[in-house]
Amino acid sequence: MWHHKRMSLTPAGPALRLRNLRKTYKDVIAVDGLDLEVRRGECFGLLGPNGAGKTTTIEICEGLTPADSGEVELLGMHWSSDAGALRQKLGIQLQETQLSEKLTVAETIRLFRSFFHQGPSTEEVIAQAQLIEKRGARVGGLSGGQKQRLALGCALVGDPEFLFLDEPTTGLDPQARRQLWDLIEQFKAAGRTILLTTHYMDEAERLCDRVAIMDHGKVIALGTPRELIASIGVEHIVEFSAGATAGLDVAALGRMEGIRGVRSENGSVLMQVAELHLAVPALLGELGRQGVTLTELRTHSATLEDVFVALTGRHLRDE
Amino acid sequence: MNKRDHALVQLTLVRFREFLREPEALFWVFIFPILLAAGLGVAFRNRPPEVLQIGAITGELKNALAKEKLLDVTEFSESAAAEQALRTGKIALLAEPASGGQVVYRYDETSPDARTARMLADAAIQRASGRVDPVASSDRLIREPGSRYIDFLLPGLLGMNLMGSGIWGLVFAIVDARRKKLMKRLIATPMPRHDYLLSFLLSRLGLLVVEVALLAGFGALVFQVPLRGSLLGLVLLCILGSLSFSAIGLLISSRLQTIEAASGVSNLVMMPMWVLSGVFFSAQRFPAAVQPVIHALPLTALIDALRANMLRGEPLAGLAPQLGVLAVWLLVSFSLALKLFRWR
Repeated sequence: MWHHKRMSLTPAGPALRLRNLRKTYKDVIAVDGLDLEVRRGECFGLLGPNGAGKTTTIEICEGLTPADSGEVELLGMHWSSDAGALRQKLGIQLQETQLSEKLTVAETIRLFRSFFHQGPSTEEVIAQAQLIEKRGARVGGLSGGQKQRLALGCALVGDPEFLFLDEPTTGLDPQARRQLWDLIEQFKAAGRTILLTTHYMDEAERLCDRVAIMDHGKVIALGTPRELIASIGVEHIVEFSAGATAGLDVAALGRMEGIRGVRSENGSVLMQVAELHLAVPALLGELGRQGVTLTELRTHSATLEDVFVALTGRHLRDE
Repeated sequence: MNKRDHALVQLTLVRFREFLREPEALFWVFIFPILLAAGLGVAFRNRPPEVLQIGAITGELKNALAKEKLLDVTEFSESAAAEQALRTGKIALLAEPASGGQVVYRYDETSPDARTARMLADAAIQRASGRVDPVASSDRLIREPGSRYIDFLLPGLLGMNLMGSGIWGLVFAIVDARRKKLMKRLIATPMPRHDYLLSFLLSRLGLLVVEVALLAGFGALVFQVPLRGSLLGLVLLCILGSLSFSAIGLLISSRLQTIEAASGVSNLVMMPMWVLSGVFFSAQRFPAAVQPVIHALPLTALIDALRANMLRGEPLAGLAPQLGVLAVWLLVSFSLALKLFRWR
């Protein structure tokens, strides 16, 4: 079903190279000297909280927003000289697009298909987006997940070499998100290069070969999700709530063996640990010594969220 | 492999689909003008001369007045009741005797009916008293299509409709696409931008044929509104008018981000023309000082030209001033719009 890219025909070098990219809106620095490389065939994630500069960065790459300074080299080409050729090779999904509600799914795909020289047929795209049973339905009547798959379909009509996805699953329910992830994984398998932005750590961990964590217009960490998680030297997070946290000696917890860091947050305590089988018994012993009753105890493997917290002291999503 | 669709064809099809799937737009563009024409055509139809109601105080006066067929005379015995009838408009004029065999007419001289009644009543009383007219006269009556109100109104409605659908059709669609970031999504594809703008003009021209045919056909069939000029001339006038208003619509929509702003600015642009351009009554009624301004408005030019074509059979060559006004609006608005237009 998926057309595999003939990699031999495309020139060597990275699919996307950004050098010292800068963009300022009035008094807000959106992108602050960004350097980045996306390799051919990889799925690269820009992870960061709202306002980190992800969308500005991706829209500069898409040729929709001019940068104040810096260089964008995309598929070996530049927006200033090769815009026409580049547009034919890109698949773009924007964050807030509302497609015309009065058109049907098939009419919408057919419209977008008509802009491209080559690519799959309308029916093939509808099948790829898993919208066959909705092909004659008006866009206005689609669910959020179906609308998002249609937006993805519109990005695929030109059989793109490079796919830009700006927060493809924001606002979707878990099932719709997983369905969209399956689709994106199929594109990856077909050898397309993907740049996606997200503020969901699980999305980045599942889909992305490499991730750049952005904050305040800068890349603060770059690597595979495994590398980034390993870089904070923490394998697990232990989180607990105690009956009377007021009397808790947090500093004593921090002195325990194998504990990398302790923080209090909204009445619960988070500890970054390397080895769970040593840390948990030690914690229980220490709490027993302090005479504190445990009301809740959770552990999870460290995630990109924890990387972000470790690097910035803040959460990705401040809700 | 399926043959590749052309972007311009698909974009134009989308325009038609979006319009045809909007029942309100269909009503305002196609049905409303016909209802308006029908309503006003019936309300202001030319009627046979009406018999006027007047009053007289004495039987003597009543008998003299009764000889006039266009007057219906009521006799009042007391003047209080007669005055009451006069005040409430039941009678247009009251004739009462005065000393020395004179007659006094009481009426409101600002009312056309009362003035007519005054002339008829006086002539009847003078004749009854033995007046002989020195010159014999007779009447030959004509009623010609082309001089009625509906004949005046229909070209006005046609022009107004072309203005409304030209300006609204573009402004709403473009501002809505910009607001929904659909325009931004479209320019992220290789879509030729001129095809996007051209699709509005093509769909406008397609719908124009239906609009004009419906309204002009309705007028011709139901009210026998004349179409004395060349049909080709009429079509060309409508196309030029529609393009001018589309260009004005494009200019209005070049920067606006919200439907509320678009609606406000569109109405601000159209309102003066609804009032000044002679849709419902002749623009000549406005003072001479503002006539140059009125004649520079695109709707005035279009309606004047439509009336000249339909009612007087004027060829296009005789309409150079109006065509010039429309062409200037078209060129100036379009070039300004291209300079100012924002794709996001």
